[in-house]
Amino acid sequence: MIPVLLALLALLLTGGLAAAWSCPRGASRIAAGGTAVAGLLSGATAVQTLAGAAPAALTLPWSVPLGAFSMGMDPLSAWFVLALAFLAPLAAVFGVGSLRDEEASRRARTAWGWFNLLVASMLLTLTARNGMLFLAAWEMMTLSSFFLVMHEHERASTRDAGWIYLVASHVGTAFLFAFFVILGRGTTMDFTAFGPPATGGALFLLALVGFGTKAGLAPLHVWLPEAHPAAPSHVSALMSGVMIKLGIYGLLRTLDFLGEPQAWWGWLLVVAGTVSAGFGVLLALGQRDLKRLLAYSSVENVGILAAGLGLGVIAARGGHPLAAALAVAGALIHIWNHACFKSLLFLGAGAVRHAAGTTDLDLLGGLLKRMPVTGASFLAGAAALAALPPLGGFLGEFLILLAALRLALFGGMSELGAGALAIAGLGLAGGLAAACFARAAGMAFLGEPRAPGAAGAREASKWMTRPMEALATTTLAASLFAPLALRAAGALVRNMSWLPDGAASSLAGCGRVVWGVCLGSALLVGLSATVFLFRARRRRGRPTRAAGTWDCGYAAPTARMQYTASSFSEPLTSLFRAVVRPGERARPPEKRFPAPSAFSSTGKDLFRGRVFVPVFRAVSEAAEWVRRLQQGRAQLYVLYVALAALALLVWKLR
Amino acid sequence: METFAEVLIILVVLTNLKLLGSSRATACIRTVAAQGVLLAALPLVTSGDAITLRMIAQALVSGTLKAFVLPFLLLRATRGARAGRELAPFVGYTTSILLGVALMPLALALGRKLGVTGPAGADLLAPAALFTLLVGLLIIVCRKQAVTLVVGYLAMENGIYAMGLAFAQREPLLVEMGILLDVFAAVFVMGLVARHIHREFDTLDTDRLSSLKG
Amino acid sequence: MSAAAILHLLIAFALAPLMTGVANRVKAGFAGRTGAPVLQPYYDLARLLRKGAVYSTTTTWVFRLGPCLGVAGAAAALVVAPWGGGRATLAFDGDLLFFAAALALARFGTILAALDTGSAFEGMGASREATFAALAEPSLLVGLLALARASGELSLSGIYHALTPGHLAAPGGVAVLLVAAAFGIVFLAENARLPVDDPNTHLELTMIHEAMALDHGGPDLALIHYGAALKFWALGTLVAGFVAPVHDGAWTALAAILGGMFLLSVAVGVAESVMARLRLAKVPNFLAAAFALSVLALLLSAHAKGGS
Repeated sequence: MIPVLLALLALLLTGGLAAAWSCPRGASRIAAGGTAVAGLLSGATAVQTLAGAAPAALTLPWSVPLGAFSMGMDPLSAWFVLALAFLAPLAAVFGVGSLRDEEASRRARTAWGWFNLLVASMLLTLTARNGMLFLAAWEMMTLSSFFLVMHEHERASTRDAGWIYLVASHVGTAFLFAFFVILGRGTTMDFTAFGPPATGGALFLLALVGFGTKAGLAPLHVWLPEAHPAAPSHVSALMSGVMIKLGIYGLLRTLDFLGEPQAWWGWLLVVAGTVSAGFGVLLALGQRDLKRLLAYSSVENVGILAAGLGLGVIAARGGHPLAAALAVAGALIHIWNHACFKSLLFLGAGAVRHAAGTTDLDLLGGLLKRMPVTGASFLAGAAALAALPPLGGFLGEFLILLAALRLALFGGMSELGAGALAIAGLGLAGGLAAACFARAAGMAFLGEPRAPGAAGAREASKWMTRPMEALATTTLAASLFAPLALRAAGALVRNMSWLPDGAASSLAGCGRVVWGVCLGSALLVGLSATVFLFRARRRRGRPTRAAGTWDCGYAAPTARMQYTASSFSEPLTSLFRAVVRPGERARPPEKRFPAPSAFSSTGKDLFRGRVFVPVFRAVSEAAEWVRRLQQGRAQLYVLYVALAALALLVWKLR
Repeated sequence: METFAEVLIILVVLTNLKLLGSSRATACIRTVAAQGVLLAALPLVTSGDAITLRMIAQALVSGTLKAFVLPFLLLRATRGARAGRELAPFVGYTTSILLGVALMPLALALGRKLGVTGPAGADLLAPAALFTLLVGLLIIVCRKQAVTLVVGYLAMENGIYAMGLAFAQREPLLVEMGILLDVFAAVFVMGLVARHIHREFDTLDTDRLSSLKG
Repeated sequence: MSAAAILHLLIAFALAPLMTGVANRVKAGFAGRTGAPVLQPYYDLARLLRKGAVYSTTTTWVFRLGPCLGVAGAAAALVVAPWGGGRATLAFDGDLLFFAAALALARFGTILAALDTGSAFEGMGASREATFAALAEPSLLVGLLALARASGELSLSGIYHALTPGHLAAPGGVAVLLVAAAFGIVFLAENARLPVDDPNTHLELTMIHEAMALDHGGPDLALIHYGAALKFWALGTLVAGFVAPVHDGAWTALAAILGGMFLLSVAVGVAESVMARLRLAKVPNFLAAAFALSVLALLLSAHAKGGS
């Protein structure tokens, strides 16, 4: 446990130092260095724990009612800590490059302070073994990320995003507070002291709302597509890659606390997950802004994770150990994979913004030629997100869908329903994700630049490209290490108290399946390479010429004639317009000599417009009414006090 | 024979999906007619060996009415320039099909809950009947054109008839004749109304009828 | 991994282009023409492989990699594809997901290659291909789930091995036919056949698959054609497996799947001669119908298997 504590100290120390440092260049290096050290320390502990070392624990004195500064590292924590330890340093290194332009400013230095605090609080959240400590770390995480979201606070949209994020997070935290208090019956907050409660269902709902808000599960996701695009890219990478996964971590812990799960919890998770997956990817398809698109795709992936957990719960309840183990293992593996490729994509978007000055897909294009490393990495990330073998992203979804298949095949009617819902929903989401990321990668990096900004783009600095290269390599190799990942996930599955007994051992017995995936992935790599070499040999010695794109005979094609992101997704967004509500602005050509005509569209969030805006408006109207109580006149306050005293007296003497 | 019954029931379900997916009023009329014929033939298949003359007569009457008389009336009502195609329904055709897909498991679950076994080899009859009923309702809710509404009404009637088959295996005649009379009158009236709407307003869009409100 | 499985793979690699030739010949017969020789697709491939190519200055390595992924993905799908009652070269639980994913990789490669040209027409084709493929995905997966439920198996080879003509007579056997119909629709949509896409059209605005290959030439175009032929075979085995469910031995199964594929190409030719193309806006409707068929089949097979 000591290395984790040291890591925390290193983060806080370097963060504080960076914030106070006067030399502009030094600040970012100190902070990034601290993150790297912390990553090494905590990552090493996590690897040890996953490899089978005994779970560590540590308790320090802390004088908070019901609180105790007790930390611990078990496989479940280690799984998430490892993702954090891998991603945080890479994001920090990217940050050194991307904040370089403004590193002289005071703002950049404070940003480093918040960044390290964010990493530290995530580490603490993951290792906390006491409810109070957990909530404190959770709150610290919310606040530090809030300040990072507000980095460009001179923009009105950023301030908007920040406030939505703050409000949503605190509503979620309120639920969590209630959850922990009820779970400990008001007498204890120690994780070890939590026993299976009588009111499991209500507690599960509290946890689902609280953790689901952080995870960005629809319809609690509204803050996510606002906050993630507003933050600097290396922060969004960390937020999408790791922070929202802490919601899933919380749900996994909750399941451990609550003992025997009920089948309807699983159903709730499967339905919420499938809805999130479908909704997230459809909204992602409707976005023109690359970072918003990525944020909505995070909603989709969190949905996949939740659906996996839900299938696990249903299978555990129905007595299907292998299906339960597969579903949970799939979700766990997808957590790692998604952490890698989503961070990669956010870093890529950051590099694009840095180079082209915008992330509007309709203004980008042709960046692969100008930014070869960023482009290639982004393409790899996009293919991984589309769950294409042999890249990362396939294995996790494969295992979850396999669990759904098994559940539907061997279960009764209701289990068949859950499995079929997951298969149809996730299948559609997968197909749409492929369309969405073909669009994102294609519109940003392929073709010709659609605006001068993109035309003048240049490759980002080494500070920014190296982390992307590292992440792309990890993603590319991920499916080939399937057996290793499954064995690591097996260690966690064994420790989960809510899974049936045979789960872990049955998971160990499906080696054939994993080898099949491995072999298939290797086959794909081999075949592609063979065909590519064959093609290269055919080309040798034959005449090749370079010319403009033919485009069916247009003599002078311009970049404006290309298909745009809006037009690419038009068939899908108009088909699903009930969900996406494309904000279309069309000016079709009219009359004989038409004026310039145009078409553009953006996806609007159904839940935000139809649910949250009206609810919050009602709340604020109610608050207006309450405000009348506060008149500023002293006599009135005395009246309130007197009334309260009188009421108490009456109540007591009744 | 059991497989026959199953095939017939599945064909009934498929005609429902076709109803949800087709945009032309004439296609809808023909589909619902085919559905009526399938349902009329069903008792002959499920009763096993004991086919009586009365059952054949009943099937013939019901089949003739649903396959020829009612479609003829409706087709006559649509015979006009613009009545052939449904214009901009409240809910699109693809969405309608997907709603139908969502209704299928619901109907199956409810039908199984009812505990009606139905005749031999036709244990899916009650769910199929419920599904037909629900599809009829869905069409009435989702469509605008007068003729299509009548088609939805006919589908509902088919559903009720199928439900009657499932409940009272031998004696659906009484129920059926009562309902058929109702439907016949209703279709007759609707057909006349549709013709009049068409003659007066040159359209069969019931949405436009609201403009008649004082 | 049996000798027959390898042989099936080799035969598929060798005969895949022939199927297009057969379909075209049938179409020519319907139109009263003599038509091109059945081997014409091979002549085309050979000619294209001998040619040089013109590359747009807009394109990058993605344009060159795309067709290779197209071939590799379809070939990998073929490796797990069932053939009648025979066991595929590679078979594991859930390989049906790998099958779908490998085809998705092929598609992703072709779509990106199309977008790499910056051509409006290729963008249009890519957009449509992505749309229809996404909509076809749930039908394929749910249909396979229905088959899995009917057969109690989780790998493609296992599923198709368990399907016997006796299945049709059993309660819930109609489900198998419904899945066959759903797969038929998916097959037509994924292979860019009528009524979804017209492989013969020369009007760019209406094209899907062909529009994506407008800028490819020489060996690249050959790879695209060959990849499409492999995909035709891979998805065809899913449909033809119903037509030829033979289990007596690997060799008879092999013969049966060859006959099935031949019949399938003839059927495609006939269908293309007598059908009209759907309006693009109607295609989602068509695919929704496939989904409805799959779901209905799933419900039927679940109901027949009992369960509560």
